[in-house]
Amino acid sequence: MNDFLKIQGLEARIDADGTPKEILKGIDLEIPKGEIHAIMGPNGSGKSTLSYVLSGRDDYEVTGGSATFKGQDLLALDPEERAALGVFLAFQSPVELPGVNNANFLRTAVNAVRRARGEDELDAVAFLKAVRAETKRLSMSDEMLKRAVNVGFSGGEKKRNEVLQMRLLQPSFAILDETDSGLDIDALRIVADGVNSLRGPDFSALVITHHQRLLDYIVPDRVHVMAKGKIIFSGGPEVAKTLEKQGYTQFLEAAA
Amino acid sequence: MPAVTETRETVEKLAKSSYEWGFETDIEMDIAPKGLNEDTVRLISEHKREPEWMLEWRLKAFRMWLEMKEPEWAKVSHPPIDYQDAHYFAQPKKKPGPKSLDEVDPELLKTYAKLGIPLHEQALLAGVEGAEDQKRLPVAVDAVFDSVSVATTFRKTLEEAGVIFCPISDAIREHPDLVKQYLGSVVPAADNFFAALNSAVFTDGSFVFVPKGVRCPMELSTYFRINARNTGQFERTLIIVEDGASVSYLEGCTAPQRDENQLHAAVVELIAMDDASIKYSTVQNWYPGDDEGRGGIYNFVTKRGACRGARSKISWTQVETGSAITWKYPSCVLAGEGSVGEFYSVAVTNNHQQADTGTKMIHLAPNTRSTIIAKTISAGRSDSTYRGLVRMQPKARNARNFTQCDSLLIGDQCGAHTVPYIESRNMTARIEHEATTSKISEDQLFYCRSRGLSEEDAVGLIVNGFCREVLKELPMEFAVEAQKLLQVSLEGSVG
Amino acid sequence: MSTGTAVQSSPALSAFVGRAAGHGSVLAERGIPTRRVEAWRYTPLRAFTETVWNEAPALSDHDVQSLLDALALPKAESRAVFANGQEAASQTRLSENLVRSQGEAVDPLEDRFSAILNAALRQNGLSIRVPAGVAAGTLVLVSLTSGNAISTHLRHQIVLEDGASLTVFDFNAGDGQYVTNPRFDIVVGKGAQLNHVKLQREGADAGHLALVYASVDANGNYDSFTLNQGSELARHEVVATLTQAHAQVHVNGIQIVDGTRLNDLTSMIHHAAPDCGSRQTVKTVLSESGQGVFQGKILVDRVAQKTDGYQMNQALLLSDKAQINSKPELEIYADDVKCSHGATVGALDDEQLFYLRSRGVPEAEARAILVQAFLLDALDLVTDETLRDVLIRSITA
Repeated sequence: MNDFLKIQGLEARIDADGTPKEILKGIDLEIPKGEIHAIMGPNGSGKSTLSYVLSGRDDYEVTGGSATFKGQDLLALDPEERAALGVFLAFQSPVELPGVNNANFLRTAVNAVRRARGEDELDAVAFLKAVRAETKRLSMSDEMLKRAVNVGFSGGEKKRNEVLQMRLLQPSFAILDETDSGLDIDALRIVADGVNSLRGPDFSALVITHHQRLLDYIVPDRVHVMAKGKIIFSGGPEVAKTLEKQGYTQFLEAAA
Repeated sequence: MPAVTETRETVEKLAKSSYEWGFETDIEMDIAPKGLNEDTVRLISEHKREPEWMLEWRLKAFRMWLEMKEPEWAKVSHPPIDYQDAHYFAQPKKKPGPKSLDEVDPELLKTYAKLGIPLHEQALLAGVEGAEDQKRLPVAVDAVFDSVSVATTFRKTLEEAGVIFCPISDAIREHPDLVKQYLGSVVPAADNFFAALNSAVFTDGSFVFVPKGVRCPMELSTYFRINARNTGQFERTLIIVEDGASVSYLEGCTAPQRDENQLHAAVVELIAMDDASIKYSTVQNWYPGDDEGRGGIYNFVTKRGACRGARSKISWTQVETGSAITWKYPSCVLAGEGSVGEFYSVAVTNNHQQADTGTKMIHLAPNTRSTIIAKTISAGRSDSTYRGLVRMQPKARNARNFTQCDSLLIGDQCGAHTVPYIESRNMTARIEHEATTSKISEDQLFYCRSRGLSEEDAVGLIVNGFCREVLKELPMEFAVEAQKLLQVSLEGSVG
Repeated sequence: MSTGTAVQSSPALSAFVGRAAGHGSVLAERGIPTRRVEAWRYTPLRAFTETVWNEAPALSDHDVQSLLDALALPKAESRAVFANGQEAASQTRLSENLVRSQGEAVDPLEDRFSAILNAALRQNGLSIRVPAGVAAGTLVLVSLTSGNAISTHLRHQIVLEDGASLTVFDFNAGDGQYVTNPRFDIVVGKGAQLNHVKLQREGADAGHLALVYASVDANGNYDSFTLNQGSELARHEVVATLTQAHAQVHVNGIQIVDGTRLNDLTSMIHHAAPDCGSRQTVKTVLSESGQGVFQGKILVDRVAQKTDGYQMNQALLLSDKAQINSKPELEIYADDVKCSHGATVGALDDEQLFYLRSRGVPEAEARAILVQAFLLDALDLVTDETLRDVLIRSITA
């Protein structure tokens, strides 16, 4: 019995210039503790919407279904409460925060989450030590810590910055929304290592991607194919390879 | 207000030294009667044991004031001020205060707690009786409790360096030549209504003189607060920095809760000679009134610096979060060739606050440069205006100005306004001005919250980022407090 | 207006009030503003107050013809000519797409002197409407003035019904020491498009106090461009209100000021509805003892969420005696807006000048090239090519 992440019949829509547009049309998905699942699917299938709904963006209106995490109604929580509970979204397009120092942001976030989890806050020295260890692992320069959050970062730097945040916040469930886009092969390997090193019995993840490539490095336990707001097929890691070779057509036809 | 611990130490020290200086025994009267006439001016001058020339100076200003009208061009509104219904002189002692913190308004204490002000200091700020009887050490502080400087510390170290730092009333008696020469030379009494009023009735303030070639060995700070009911505050600050000398001056204030509007009309004059440098930083946190806008300080301030010498530099940095109404334009007159003026400002308004603030950069000489960075944040039902003037006079060859004004609106019941005046009479002068208005984006808020920050922390973080260019100009210990202040000031403005 | 800020008695005022008969009470009460009135701080009307300005006598057909002959007017579907404040019927021909109408009263704008003066001494100008959906081409509207110590106060009204379109070439010229004080009331209907291209080349001793009031409905567009190039003292003032969603307003212009002349472009763009946009680019070139004034205000009401407002004004000073005064102003009460303005003031770039000269271009020509380059992106905002060419010729001639 899975009491980790359980999504049942999830429906959501967005207000598109005054007219509601259904995007998620009944998602059923369970991710047990310790597993990494991947979602693949064509553009516009609702993958990013799913990640936003799970992390609490309020532009989306949930019109049906449920999502529970560790037995709690995930959808009833504020974004920061979800973060404290262990949900982490690595954004497809990380947001720029002009003037907000990256190190300061990381520390504020880490301590907010630690506080909420009943852990002691890190002082400046302990924090810097922790962060330096992580930047080194991710081959990031210290200079990136001094810059404003994501401002003037290259695509690859932004993605690494997301992984850095993930490692510092120590989530139990991470959603990686196309974290591989815009990365060259070396950066991809670094990012994948960052995720893989978190792998363990207490860490689960949902990896959203277009490409098989990332899944060569982060080998998923399950792969789901999503189209038109639904999961139309689920299988083992081999599904990704099939998709890479044959495209989505056969899955779409099978589902039709 | 500087760093919290230092502040506490400062205040404790001051409290103690107030006894040592024994001012309170000199004067029998706590508060002058309400009202303003020539007799009030004479009374103030007499209490201050001022020389005759000073009294004449005041009376002349008072007569000018009688002929002047309150300015009405600023984008602020308030009920008419009855200048006869206020006290113009108050002593710090013998005022009935709360007996303990239990008697102090809990809302006020909450604010202090959020700012991280320690208990003892809270008591002091709230005017709890007996709270002042403690001791410790600060930066150099000339404290102004109500209208009278009760103490000056570190005078000795400064004296050894040749720096004069004292209450202006002492300077009037002890350094009359300097005061005569410079007082009113940057802000003449006739400059404006509030400057004339201040010139007539100012009761205290600081005097700083840094002689040739001396780098002032410590940051100087003044700690103002308003404490007596219905007492206007008329501080007068005069800072003179001679050739090649420099000083950094900090000014901060906070005010306890009051239910009646209080008028604060300070005048600050700065004078920088050849190669001199003055850095003047302010964190203004007067009581802004309650959520409905009742009470709160009216802050009508005239601050101006004269860069008289070649290559002199005057830099104003201000964080304005308090007061019901702020009317304030710290300015620079760039008369020395190659002199530099700077203005870095953050103005935050919330609830029913109104702020009309900005600067004037008057370029008189060749190769003068000025920079203006103004960040305006409006929330609640408040209105905030940036009003600034950049003027290039005919002799300002190759002068430069850069101005950046950014406004941030939080909520749809507030207003943010930008009113720059750009005037050039020299073809070789260059002026660049940019202004933007925006809000905190939903994307930014969500990003921060998904990293575990509460909505208010997220707003605080983003606002501090928005103000970073200004905050980094503040002395370190001020910057920390200013950041907290910004967040506290904006509480309840989102969600 | 508080006391002490207006000239309450002067030869000009007395004469105006006398001429206004029953319509002069507001004018008499408000007087002529001094520089202590915020709106006139940079544009002194002092010289204007000392003259008795009389009603302009009619010009003969012959005079009108010879004045017109001196102008190279572009060909257009319609033409209307006014001479000394009266319509020259023999010179006017309107296409059937322009329907004459009775001018109806709109906002009196009694806080604005140009409007008060026009209201007191109003003369019938051109009042037309373009029926719904009609593309009415171009109307050349000529205002000629000739004589000394005279003034004209034309009131024009242009109404574009829903989906209609019209381009107006608003041409002002004359000779002598006179004052023109035209007012336009413009109503742009839903989805309608009005291009208002103005060339102000009044005589070198003239005064020109023009006021345009434009109200723009949903999806409508009031696109204006003004070339201020004449008069001893000229103010072109625009008050534009975006009344419904997705309306657009452009108030662009160029001012070229030399001699001891003063040219002023003052505007208030009022966003009174959500999702509207406004754009403003104003460039001023100043030589000799010329004075330039730009006062541009963007007002965004609380309801006007998603407003997109942008304003840029730049001044180029070519002389040590020239002077620019600029006041770009934002007054914003809605939070979800994108509003910005930029302003720059400076001289020609010495390096660019040197570069051109080092390639053999004589200095005067090099300067002219750089000045034109400075103006070019503003001129590009005139969408009608024929009219753009007219303006370019006016600048380069």
